[in-house]
Amino acid sequence: MTLWMIIRNSLRQHALSTGITAVSIGLGCGLLMAVWVVNFQTQRAFKNVTGGFDSILGPRGSQLQLVLNSLFHMDSSPGLVNSVDYQIFRQKYKRFYQAAVPIAVGDNFKGYRIVGTTHDLFRAEHTPGQRYELAVGEFFIQDENQWNKEAVIGDTVARKLGLRLNDKFNPYHGLNFAPNQKPHKDEYIVTGILKPTGAPADRVIWIPIEGLQQMDGHPEGYANDVSAVLIQMSEDPTARGFGMNSLDSIYNKGTDHLTFVKSTDEVVTRLFEQFAWAEIVLRWVAYLVAVVAAGGVLASIYNSMNERRREFAILRALGASRGTIFSIIVLESAVIAAIGAVIGFGVYAVIMVAAESTLRDEIGVTLHLQEFHNIMVIVPLGLVALGAAVGIVPAFKAYSTDVAQNLIPQS
Amino acid sequence: MLKVTSTPRATHDNLPLVPLLEITNLTKNYCSPEGGLQRVLDVPEFTLEAGQQLALRGASGTGKTTFLNCIAGILHPDEGIIRLNGQDMAGVSESRRDWLRAQNIGYIFQTFNLLQGYTCMENVLLGMSFGHGTNRDTAAQLLKRVGLGDRLNYRPSQLSVGQQQRVAVARALANKPKLVLADEPTGNLDPQNARESMQLIRDVCEENEATLLLVSHDQSVLDQFKECLDLAEINHAAKEVAA
Repeated sequence: MTLWMIIRNSLRQHALSTGITAVSIGLGCGLLMAVWVVNFQTQRAFKNVTGGFDSILGPRGSQLQLVLNSLFHMDSSPGLVNSVDYQIFRQKYKRFYQAAVPIAVGDNFKGYRIVGTTHDLFRAEHTPGQRYELAVGEFFIQDENQWNKEAVIGDTVARKLGLRLNDKFNPYHGLNFAPNQKPHKDEYIVTGILKPTGAPADRVIWIPIEGLQQMDGHPEGYANDVSAVLIQMSEDPTARGFGMNSLDSIYNKGTDHLTFVKSTDEVVTRLFEQFAWAEIVLRWVAYLVAVVAAGGVLASIYNSMNERRREFAILRALGASRGTIFSIIVLESAVIAAIGAVIGFGVYAVIMVAAESTLRDEIGVTLHLQEFHNIMVIVPLGLVALGAAVGIVPAFKAYSTDVAQNLIPQS
Repeated sequence: MLKVTSTPRATHDNLPLVPLLEITNLTKNYCSPEGGLQRVLDVPEFTLEAGQQLALRGASGTGKTTFLNCIAGILHPDEGIIRLNGQDMAGVSESRRDWLRAQNIGYIFQTFNLLQGYTCMENVLLGMSFGHGTNRDTAAQLLKRVGLGDRLNYRPSQLSVGQQQRVAVARALANKPKLVLADEPTGNLDPQNARESMQLIRDVCEENEATLLLVSHDQSVLDQFKECLDLAEINHAAKEVAA
């Protein structure tokens, strides 16, 4: 009780420096936690967002570009898989897969990508255990006999563009929106809006693949080509392993115009490995902020030592031991760090809200703000320990306060 | 060798009292500006009985504060024995001295040495903290006893000098000390306040069965004590200074 009373009074008397120091610790704490959690959740989200597909067949080019374009609806399309290759794959290697869903890209509406596909895509799990569900409306009409100029839009598209059921729009050519560009003549009607998936699918306008292939203005020669084929490999382990290796040999080594992505997961992992330096830099920046903040605690308390000599001398005269005085300073330093850690959770929340909004809108990945991560215990406790550790320096100064010299008057 | 003591008081069972404070061959030197050693304390023998109230007269520079600081264990003497309640304050470790001080001694300073950021109540609670433990009721009663029952949550800066002095008295008695040391406790007060404060200190010490050792150079204060000695009589170093 006594120690707490002394610490509380000291913090109150030095409220300004305590507040500034605690806020700087809070920034370091929040930044560290946010960097860790954003990185962890983003990696996990990217690895989970396979749309239920293990592999991809696409035109010759970078596997990363193919994955980004086909699953994350980012980057440019590497080209087309011609209809002959597509049909050969479907018929010849049917034993290796349980689903092969074609997609076609090349148009947008106000910057949101229009992807042509089939109903099979919506039967897959966009993230493990979760299937596409309609919030309102129904899926576009598409069967062997007919298809309509209808669209199912993702949640972000609906929110950002204000599109509602039965609204009509004209697609624009290309993946990037140019306001002065003339749209296609084809007019599409929104027949369904998907529930939020927390995946890049939220940023997509889905239409029947035939619609995109035969869009007004697209070259007729490519009317049956696709941009990529999303593949769900057979669940039979033998066929799966053998199939993946066979397709890898056939397409990646045997032909010169197609690429087979054996594992989307591996490609995403490689992507994060390539950008690991950015995370390391951010983490070191956060470490530095924390260390500078801890230095702030040290400077703040150390500078107050001269004016507090008399206070320590009086406490010693009242019977406080050197150890008690030492403990007061170390605890005071730890308490400032603890206040900073509490502020850190606020900073963390602000960063996460901003990051969540940006990531959701830009790449369709959703962060879970309330999800617990060990780092949310480790970082605050680590900073409190660091605070206590830096308190040792001024604590030694307080420890060595000469009682008699600092109790005035002398006669 | 001069032995300075007053008549021991009889207890209710008429057994002779053991001295509360016994000092033998106490010396303390300071480094002089010239680099040599300057002796400020040389007390061959001094005793104080439990319940006694003794005033020591001494001019500035005669080692009054040094003497009290040595008794309180705030200063470590160069030589000698300071036996407080049977325990040698000079011969124990610093942490043990701190503990003995917290348990047995209340100290009233000339400048009161109240902690400015703390309320009256908190200042008194601090006086208890390192000894027998805090008790808000006792602290409140003590403050009420010294006339500050309605100022519990005032800070020293919100009180008059006389009121601050009374808080210092309450704090000195908060840990139920066996010995109260008072170093020019009325030095900052006007004569009227000084008289009243001195009476209060004596009364409160008596009520709390605390022994009082006061040092002052103010004759009006010293006149209030039945027992009064010149510091020079017990401190040979002071005698040399005077000579």
